[in-house]
Amino acid sequence: MFGQANVLAAGQAKFPPSVEDFYLPSILPWGAHDNYWFTKITAMVWLAVGVLIIFFLASYRKPQLVPTKKQWFAESIYGFVRNNIAVDMIGHQGVRFAPYFTTLFCFILLTNAFAIIPFFQISPNSHIAFPAFLAVISYVMFNWIGIRHHGFVKYFKNSLVPPAPWYILPLLIPIEFFSTFLVRPFSLAVRLFANMFAGHMLLLVFTLGGFAMLSANAWLAPVSVLSWVMTIALTFLEFLVICLQAYVFTVLTASYVQGALAEEH
Amino acid sequence: MYFLAAEGGEAAHNPIIPAWQEIVVGGIAFIVLCFVLMKFVFPRMEQTFQARVDAIEGGIKRAEAAQAEANQLLEQYRAQLAEARTDAAKIRDDARADAEGIRQDILAKAREESDRIIAAGKEQLAAERATIVRELRTEVGAIAVDLASKIVGESLADEARRKGTVDRFLSGLESTGAR
Repeated sequence: MFGQANVLAAGQAKFPPSVEDFYLPSILPWGAHDNYWFTKITAMVWLAVGVLIIFFLASYRKPQLVPTKKQWFAESIYGFVRNNIAVDMIGHQGVRFAPYFTTLFCFILLTNAFAIIPFFQISPNSHIAFPAFLAVISYVMFNWIGIRHHGFVKYFKNSLVPPAPWYILPLLIPIEFFSTFLVRPFSLAVRLFANMFAGHMLLLVFTLGGFAMLSANAWLAPVSVLSWVMTIALTFLEFLVICLQAYVFTVLTASYVQGALAEEH
Repeated sequence: MYFLAAEGGEAAHNPIIPAWQEIVVGGIAFIVLCFVLMKFVFPRMEQTFQARVDAIEGGIKRAEAAQAEANQLLEQYRAQLAEARTDAAKIRDDARADAEGIRQDILAKAREESDRIIAAGKEQLAAERATIVRELRTEVGAIAVDLASKIVGESLADEARRKGTVDRFLSGLESTGAR
């Protein structure tokens, strides 16, 4: 995390930024490339997990009927996901899945938020490994729930055979298979990853672009300032994206679960 | 998975290919998070929500029960009051009826008593009259005979004697009457 600052200070910032800017040297062993076990990214993941666990355990250590402020805050997060995502999408039985959805939502929201928190300033979700893992969980989860609810044959019949005339089915079944069983995990993972990746890239472009212009020609200083102002504006946009993507990932997972539980196609 | 960057010679990264180490780390971290939150936090929240619902519903239920009890008591009091009123009215009516009965009884008895007394008086009177009449009848006869015999016996005696006879007769009559 100090590497970037050093680079900036030394005026060695490469412009334009590249994919390599997302792969910082590892922390342990210090400075090694292509070692992913303990990097800034994984450290942030552990930090997010630790912060969430500590926050929720601390605020829900002694739950009371009349909540304290902290308890109320923790409850409102859970209540938001429970009522506005799980119950809204799935209905009454969605309450069963609310704990997982809330965990998912909090994890994505916090790891996304690292993208704009000073000194972190990159989201672990801009590495596709984390969104991919979450997407695989969602994928396995909705299929497992569907199979358990309907039985294997009925679940696949429900998912694959839409209520359409028989002569169109040869066309529809491959499309359904493709969209439900192949595209879903990819779209989930890539949507989150690409948003965080692009957000970080945008911020890099405008921040480093300001320095690049300043070092190229002192007369370009006003444009540099404009570039940095754009960075601030984009940080607000990034904040919106952070919240939206966490919400979208959770809502889509809930929607897939709902589809797997639905009686008809 | 990796290709050599043209100039650097360092392994370049493909952002769309996940690093398996990161999958392992992220997976473990997320599973730990899931385990703790889904086991120790959210079920307790669900319990708290339920307890809160119970508390509110219980409060409403208790209030309803209290209201129902109050209504029932009010109804009961009203019923008792109405009962008491009818009782009082009944008692008054009874008392009135009793008083009337007693009055009638007393009147009847008094009338009977007075009738009886009058009847007894009349009877006694009649009896006394009958006795007197009977006595008078015998005495008048005797006196008349007596007088007649005296008048006849001492007939034609002098006026004074006659007057004396008459006086004696009268006083004899009086003494008889006084007897």
